[in-house]
Amino acid sequence: MTSRDVPVSGVAPTGGLRREITDGLIVAGRNLKRVPRIPELAVFAIIQSIVFVVLFAFVFGGAIPLEGGGSYREFLLPGIFAQTVAFASITTAIGMTDDVNKGIIDRFRSLPMARSAVLTGRTVFDLVYQTGILAVLMVAGLAVGWRVRGSVPEFFAGVALLLTFVFAMSWVGVLIGLTVRTVESANQLGFTVLFPLTFVSNVFVPTESLPGWLRPIAEWNPVSTLTAATRDLWGNPNPYAAEGFPAEHPVWLTLGWVVLIVAVFAPLGVRRYRSMSR
Amino acid sequence: MDAITAEGLVKTYKSKSGVVRALDGLDLTVAEGTVLGLLGPNGAGKTTTVRILATLLRPDAGRATVVGCDVVRDAQHLRSMIGLSGQYAAVDENLTGRENLVMFGRLYQLSTSEARRRADELLEQFSLADAANRVVKTYSGGMRRRLDLGSALTGRPKVLFLDEPTTGLDPRSRLALWDVIREREREGTTILLTTQYLEEADELAHAIAVVDAGKIIARGTADELKSQIGGERIEVVVHARTDLARAAEIVGRDCEGDCTVNEHTRRLTAPARNGAQSIVQVVRDLDEAAIAIDDIALRRPTLDDVFLTLTGHAAELAPSDDDGPAPATQPAQDRRSA
Repeated sequence: MTSRDVPVSGVAPTGGLRREITDGLIVAGRNLKRVPRIPELAVFAIIQSIVFVVLFAFVFGGAIPLEGGGSYREFLLPGIFAQTVAFASITTAIGMTDDVNKGIIDRFRSLPMARSAVLTGRTVFDLVYQTGILAVLMVAGLAVGWRVRGSVPEFFAGVALLLTFVFAMSWVGVLIGLTVRTVESANQLGFTVLFPLTFVSNVFVPTESLPGWLRPIAEWNPVSTLTAATRDLWGNPNPYAAEGFPAEHPVWLTLGWVVLIVAVFAPLGVRRYRSMSR
Repeated sequence: MDAITAEGLVKTYKSKSGVVRALDGLDLTVAEGTVLGLLGPNGAGKTTTVRILATLLRPDAGRATVVGCDVVRDAQHLRSMIGLSGQYAAVDENLTGRENLVMFGRLYQLSTSEARRRADELLEQFSLADAANRVVKTYSGGMRRRLDLGSALTGRPKVLFLDEPTTGLDPRSRLALWDVIREREREGTTILLTTQYLEEADELAHAIAVVDAGKIIARGTADELKSQIGGERIEVVVHARTDLARAAEIVGRDCEGDCTVNEHTRRLTAPARNGAQSIVQVVRDLDEAAIAIDDIALRRPTLDDVFLTLTGHAAELAPSDDDGPAPATQPAQDRRSA
């Protein structure tokens, strides 16, 4: 047997990083091809966000006073974008669980592909996919009166910040997806975590209106810092508590959260994936 | 030269009812270029064995090599030389048949053009060319299974693992799949095939290993196994219950063996040592004794017969039955135990 002498130990024999990138892109491409085949997924993601816009802009919005004035819809939309990218992790979790249950992950694990590619491919896909969702939502936002008042670089800085958050939340979704056993529980767990995260925040109401003990939680919440950061960058109303670290450094705080979330959840996801062979 | 060797494989799972020993010191060898049928009921350990050999699971104890590569230490290298096709079609149902094959080909590290060529080749070979650009969701069960098998072959594997390849297929699709498997064998691929059907192992495999409760309990060719359990049986249903005793005597004498009697169904069963010749003898003697019969048949031993004889318990009653790790639920099992 000629193959006996080849020394390998669970590492890609050739290619290394290049193979990881190629295989990651193949997996990402596979996920992209699926989008038009299951259009309801993207359509519902967009509709869900639009429902929140309609609900808050037209139903509750009038009852929510903004200190210092400003349009509630301009206040709301950056929050909706942040909420949307946070909820994206549920889509990731459901997708991963479905792949595990359908045996696709086993197929991948039996192939001589880069071990990292299944997970990186998924998170790279999420970036592309959510960029598309955000673009549609921004057009919808413009239609209901949201405006960007900052400069072009500031606009793109805001978008980039949203996308780094997509990447971070995608790893949260990967871990959930590899941990729970059914698509239903992935969905349930996602909503259980994400509803408080997006509602105990500055997304829909200024944090000053919250009871004192809840306020610091809401202000340090990554969804809040992301929302505050994009509001600042885009010149949208941001009646955030004027004092305190979160109010003064929302961009840096958001980047800190992204680094922290990736640093915690990416290794856990990778470990979970590896432990599937135990 | 053995393409597959396994020594003392042990694998345990934690389940609600405690620790289940899915594999309990399983030994196995498969000679290069041959087909081994791994025969056993649900929960016997067939799927776990395949998953270990295909690098998807690590054994708790024991070691295994496939084409000379250790399934744990040389796993990544080994993956380029094996193909795995499971009970549930692990293809992406939202991609087309061609897209699936090209993707798997690329992940087998073929270049894009090679992967495309290989995909077309396989689509042609598996009679899927017409459906190549249709989303797999629209495929029939047989088509999916063929595509799944095709996916396992994109990398031209030296060893092919087929986990219950025909379970749930209609008879025509089953025959078509058998042809495909025979074709692989002719091309020199070593095949490990798991099945619940003795008939299937009989049709496809050179050698059969019977697995029960995580161990190999018998091994040989289909003929050897059948003769070990007494070969074919004669079944006679007599018309009148009053004739049962006399008929049993005649059948027992003609077959030179024990004749079991079921009073309720008026059925007599005895080993047919001389095959079809035995049935001629029995018919002649029963006719001479003026015993009317409703039915007479020569029956090949079933998995149940093999099990009954080898283990003393029927296949359905295998102790770890409810923990039978079907591929679809297997990942959950893995994670539970992780």
